Amino acid sequence: MTRQKYSIFSLLRNAVSRNENWQQAWRSPAPRKKYDALIVGGGGHGLATAYYLAKEHGMRNVAVLEKGWIGGGNTGRNTTIVRSNYLWTEAALLYEKSLKLWEGLSRDLNYNVMFSQRGVYNLGHSLQDMRDIERRVGANRLDGIDAEVVTPEQIKAAIPMINTSPRVRYPILGASLQRRGGVARHDAVAWGFARAADALGVDIIQQCEVTGIYRDHGRVTGVETRRGRIEADRVGVVVAGHASVLAGMAGLRLPLESHPLQAYVSEPLKPVLDTVVMSGAVHGYISQSDKGELVIGAGIDAYNGYGQRGSFHTIEHAMQAIIELFPAFSRVRMLRQWGGIVDVSPDACPIIGKTPVQGLYFNCGWGTGGFKATPGSGWAFAHTIARDEPHDLNAPFSLERFTTGALIDEHGAAAVAH
Amino acid sequence: MLLINCPWCGPRDESEFGYGGEADIARPANPDALTDEEWADYLFMRKNPRGLHREQWVHEHGCRRWFVLERDTVTYEITDAT
Ligand SMILES: Cc1cc2nc3c(=O)[nH]c(=O)nc-3n(C[C@H](O)[C@H](O)[C@H](O)COP(=O)(O)OP(=O)(O)OC[C@H]3O[C@@H](n4cnc5c(N)ncnc54)[C@H](O)[C@@H]3O)c2cc1C
Ligand SMILES: [Zn+2]
Repeated sequence: MTRQKYSIFSLLRNAVSRNENWQQAWRSPAPRKKYDALIVGGGGHGLATAYYLAKEHGMRNVAVLEKGWIGGGNTGRNTTIVRSNYLWTEAALLYEKSLKLWEGLSRDLNYNVMFSQRGVYNLGHSLQDMRDIERRVGANRLDGIDAEVVTPEQIKAAIPMINTSPRVRYPILGASLQRRGGVARHDAVAWGFARAADALGVDIIQQCEVTGIYRDHGRVTGVETRRGRIEADRVGVVVAGHASVLAGMAGLRLPLESHPLQAYVSEPLKPVLDTVVMSGAVHGYISQSDKGELVIGAGIDAYNGYGQRGSFHTIEHAMQAIIELFPAFSRVRMLRQWGGIVDVSPDACPIIGKTPVQGLYFNCGWGTGGFKATPGSGWAFAHTIARDEPHDLNAPFSLERFTTGALIDEHGAAAVAH
Repeated sequence: MLLINCPWCGPRDESEFGYGGEADIARPANPDALTDEEWADYLFMRKNPRGLHREQWVHEHGCRRWFVLERDTVTYEITDAT
């Protein structure tokens, strides 16, 4: 398939023809009867998996099956924070692989994903917070990841709107700073991967919910969908909050609970915050979008939920945290609020690997923090599916770790901090 | 915000309660005899259904007692309190 290359010239050319001649970015083919591999779930992770299967492993007879529209799940609902400063080496290396891919992604996909390395501050509000931050920054440096500890004075100089007064309930005592962290445009990530995968021959099939997983003698043979049966002897499932539902179709149990996670955006303001600020102690985080809206989030709603909405007191809690950090924002009006369904695992780390069913692979458990991992997750999952064995980077993230006890406890680095 | 009917105190706001996850998970009676797989299942594996869910709640800021609810995880409607 020849794809029109996006460039300054194509922009100009299409501007003078009133933007009426843009080629469609991907096809919408009818599903074929059989593929070499099926990817269930057309979020960023699923689309990235298909792209790297085609690009890195030459598997082009691949389809992505999406129940709704691509990017309509958590990919299009998240607050887009990207960073790699996780505590444990296993996690840090996986997220760092992803961050490296982010750094070249717009060029690789020929699609502007608006990756903006504006830095990420994780605030500390107590002596224990600061000890944890110093420990994490030290661990990050040993793993070759950029990280530094900054003082309240440095924070105030970089973020004039923040309240660093020592006379508040949760004073800011310092922060970790990852300068290579930042944000990206969520929709563009889904669309960019979709367009690039499609150009390599991948079929992207929307409105195609998977309702069953066929097996024969412990091997996967295909799936049942709303658009009929599709055969394949490799099936990769990447459905975020719905992972337990898909696992149930194959008779498997997963260590996951699905929770609502909400986010909020304000009316647009003039530029006021040019970095990302997160706080685990007051439980909130904030950045400003290129359109000027403040993008705000906090923690999950406590109960299990597949409803893509949560409770009001959770909203109130997030706002309290932001106003504690930025008192001036108390008069900003919020415009929109929504929820996604996040698949929370016991150690706040993902599961990426094989299952007891041969040819069936799961990639799930990213919980509140998988957007940052989109390219790396797809890259590692593609390797796992193509070779029928995990890459060294995702081998520690097997389902078996819950049996062997080799958990990777990232709650400290990941809990609120997306 | 859910309106939760505490069996002892009556209907109260969700913010008075704590959530305890899936109900009816019994600690194995004979832990020494358990395989690693059985331990993993008991400790970590969850039903996590899309639909009716039997779950534990505690009236943290009230009578402090635990109880079990059945709730639809899609509509969030509470269908049974025991
Ligand atoms: C409010 C919020 C804020 C967040 N903030 C951040 C953040 O700042 N930084 C960060 O790194 N992460 C963040 N996350 C987490 C991140 O969004 C997710 O971990 C990540 O997007 C998961 O990626 P995905 O592509 O696998 O999921 P999704 O985009 O949810 O894709 C899964 C897809 O599977 C489809 N599907 C489900 N069932 C079926 C079926 N039966 N058949 C076919 N398709 C099916 C769904 O329709 C969906 O499109 C946030 C999440 C939320 C909800
Ligand atoms: Zn009570």
